[in-house]
Amino acid sequence: MPTAIEETVELPKLSNDEIARYSRHLILPEVGMEGQQKLKAAKVLCVGTGGLGAPLALYLAAAGVGTIGLVDFDTVDASNLQRQIIHSTATVGKLKVDSAEIMLKGLNPTVKVIKHNTMLTSANALEILKDYDVIADGTDNFQTRYLVNDACVLLGKPNAYGSIFRFEGQASVFGTKEGPCYRCLYPEPPPPGLVPSCAEGGVLGILPGLVGVIQATETIKLILGIGEPLIGRLLLVDALGMSFRTLKLRKNPECPVCGPNPTVTELIDYDQFCGITPPSEVGPLEVARDKAVSDLPVVDGIPQISVQELKRKLDAREDVFVLDVREPHEYKIVNLGAPLIPVGEIALRTAELADKKNSEIVVHCKSGARSQRAALALKQAGFTNVSNLSGGILAWADKIDPTLPKY
Amino acid sequence: MNIHIPTPLRAYTGGLETVSVAGSTVGDVFQQLTVQYPELKPHLFTPEGKLRSFVNVYLNDDDIRYLPNKEETAANETDELTIIPSIAGGASCRP
Repeated sequence: MPTAIEETVELPKLSNDEIARYSRHLILPEVGMEGQQKLKAAKVLCVGTGGLGAPLALYLAAAGVGTIGLVDFDTVDASNLQRQIIHSTATVGKLKVDSAEIMLKGLNPTVKVIKHNTMLTSANALEILKDYDVIADGTDNFQTRYLVNDACVLLGKPNAYGSIFRFEGQASVFGTKEGPCYRCLYPEPPPPGLVPSCAEGGVLGILPGLVGVIQATETIKLILGIGEPLIGRLLLVDALGMSFRTLKLRKNPECPVCGPNPTVTELIDYDQFCGITPPSEVGPLEVARDKAVSDLPVVDGIPQISVQELKRKLDAREDVFVLDVREPHEYKIVNLGAPLIPVGEIALRTAELADKKNSEIVVHCKSGARSQRAALALKQAGFTNVSNLSGGILAWADKIDPTLPKY
Repeated sequence: MNIHIPTPLRAYTGGLETVSVAGSTVGDVFQQLTVQYPELKPHLFTPEGKLRSFVNVYLNDDDIRYLPNKEETAANETDELTIIPSIAGGASCRP
């Protein structure tokens, strides 16, 4: 298969230091001098420097990819380090693109790192993507996923795609002329109401490592023009069963982007397409998970109570019943001593709360979103005085009891 | 035949990774699956009974949408069905 890089450019020479560094590539006939020069000439854009982007960018830098672009608007948080190995304890609080650059330059000072410290949007995506040969999509939300897909199809750039969920991963190569795109596989995103809840949002830290390295492998193959890239195939990785399967993907003749009669010929509003409110300024993974409902007095008929107000009530020994609606494994991490009924079981277990029908109930979860749902369910079940603890146990740890761990 | 349930949907099959369901066609098997696990239904089908566009179903290695007989394809005991939903990092969690 042909290389993904523009062959019109004259391939750059390798210095003696580079020849020494890449000797294990150079003695592979499938790579050789020419292949290594192609890698040096190549420009790869890593969308996201999170769980997938971290190992991906590191291996691309190690392999000698000449130019690596990084798109991220987030800063490094301690909770990233369980999987985002391009960052480190010393760079917590720094911009992710800056943190990633330190690690990449440390690994390979000859690599040119281009930092795009911004959120990829319909307004800037084509401009950012157009200068790269291969795009590696390591984002963790559907809006950016569809945005990157459409931009790659419109620009004719291959997209080394990866995605993960808990113990499972997917990888493929989209956006090539001959192969399908992400929309051929999934014409539409799931509506927000049908995606898994916060409690299911965890991920085994090494899984993005596994999938990110697969994306890096596909990227390198595309640059070198060797092997069989995952074009028209979807790789499924199951880390628990440690099984790998590939399924055949077809180009959808009715695909709105890459089909013969496209209806999407420019970038659209992807937040609207995915039916959600735009992501906040902070990181997609942690923030989407931790974002609390806003601190309003009443939301959908449920009064929102602050942690300070709850503390005052408890200290004054007011008759208030606190209910924790997180999952048992979260309860083990930290709890306020309140009884536990996971949000998914509330509707079935209201009988256990029969004597609280008219008591003041304050429901809490991790950050206030699930408890809002639980409060609505209780209200619907006839409980008359239910409020939601704004900010959840995280806010309690922040403002009332700083000795509590935050997760 | 065996149906592989992906992680996000195992909450509705009591945590089972593989469930065994009988039926003469792929459509039948799917129908039977949602009878056995009613909570799966809204995640797989629209209220009009159409398979949701963000869920793909594979009979062995092939997308059923591209099989000549689609849902009417005969289901053999030794075949395997796999449900492949779209997944997006850990951020598929929204308040």
